[in-house]
Amino acid sequence: MTSNPNDTSARLMTLAAKRFRVDASTLAPEDDFFEKLQIDSLQALELLSDVEEAFGVEIPDYELQGVVTFAALAAKIDVRRV
Amino acid sequence: MTAVTAPCTLSHEAGIYELALHGPPCNEIGTTMLSALEDVLTRLDPAQGRALIIHSSLKSGFSAGADLRELHQGLVDRPEALHGPEIRAFLDRTHAVMNALDLLPMTTIAAIHGVCFGGGFELALTADLRVCDKTARFAFPELRLGVIPGFGGIPRLRRDVGNGLVRDLLLTGRSINAKKALDVGLAAQLVAPGQALEVARSMARQAIKFDPDAMTTCKRFMKPLPLAELELEKDHFVRLAQGPVLRAALDRFTSSTDVRPYLP
Repeated sequence: MTSNPNDTSARLMTLAAKRFRVDASTLAPEDDFFEKLQIDSLQALELLSDVEEAFGVEIPDYELQGVVTFAALAAKIDVRRV
Repeated sequence: MTAVTAPCTLSHEAGIYELALHGPPCNEIGTTMLSALEDVLTRLDPAQGRALIIHSSLKSGFSAGADLRELHQGLVDRPEALHGPEIRAFLDRTHAVMNALDLLPMTTIAAIHGVCFGGGFELALTADLRVCDKTARFAFPELRLGVIPGFGGIPRLRRDVGNGLVRDLLLTGRSINAKKALDVGLAAQLVAPGQALEVARSMARQAIKFDPDAMTTCKRFMKPLPLAELELEKDHFVRLAQGPVLRAALDRFTSSTDVRPYLP
């Protein structure tokens, strides 16, 4: 079964909202999550740990170079879901 | 009784020592932390404590690694001819501390949360056992800076896990999460966020019940110090650290104000 990228983005934004205590309804797939969540690279690693656990995937850090939007991160997650 | 030595604190109760790291922002290991650890080592008495727990009381994590800002300052301030000898002298001191921790005649446990990178990872690898909470992440980002781990990381990681993982961590600079650390045997136990220290205390209370001779014999037998490799690692690090790649990477690191990851 192929996962729906939109679902992945929505789940990802819910995870991010919970982790950084923001209202999920204020987040959009094309948002720059560093800017929108006002997080640094170490906090991004916290989100990565949440993502890996929630989606049951491993995402090496180097896959995230240049990835700044929820939609782009969701695409990386979908590639790893087997 | 509690003795304070910034940026870490050594305490002792019921036969168990606890070494709390608390040097902000994330327990970077430079000359200040090194001096503090040297002092701690002089105060650890196997007759008084049969276990040592190393943990961080900072929210950010166990340790982000070597103090890169201090290293950069040294490369900027000191004459080039002295870079090699001074880096070598610092590594000699660091290895002496790491080796002494590694060989302590007591059961050592690292309780880890959050970031455990580079030199911090190398410190954790001196421990006999590692307890990780779910937030822990491990990485050796050194190759991203044009060097290799210099505090004994490669020989100690090779001692504990398979070479496939060692190469993956080193040659890509990636980080792994706590669950993966447990799966590959890097972590002895995985616990809920915020619980690593309590679980480490429980482990320590169990460990100190055992006969000291049996415990130290077991340690010597199961966890030999890879001395030849450790010496070789220092040679490689000193050579690479004098090259232009590290200097350029540290220039970028110290001048960057971007919140996004800057490493290649």
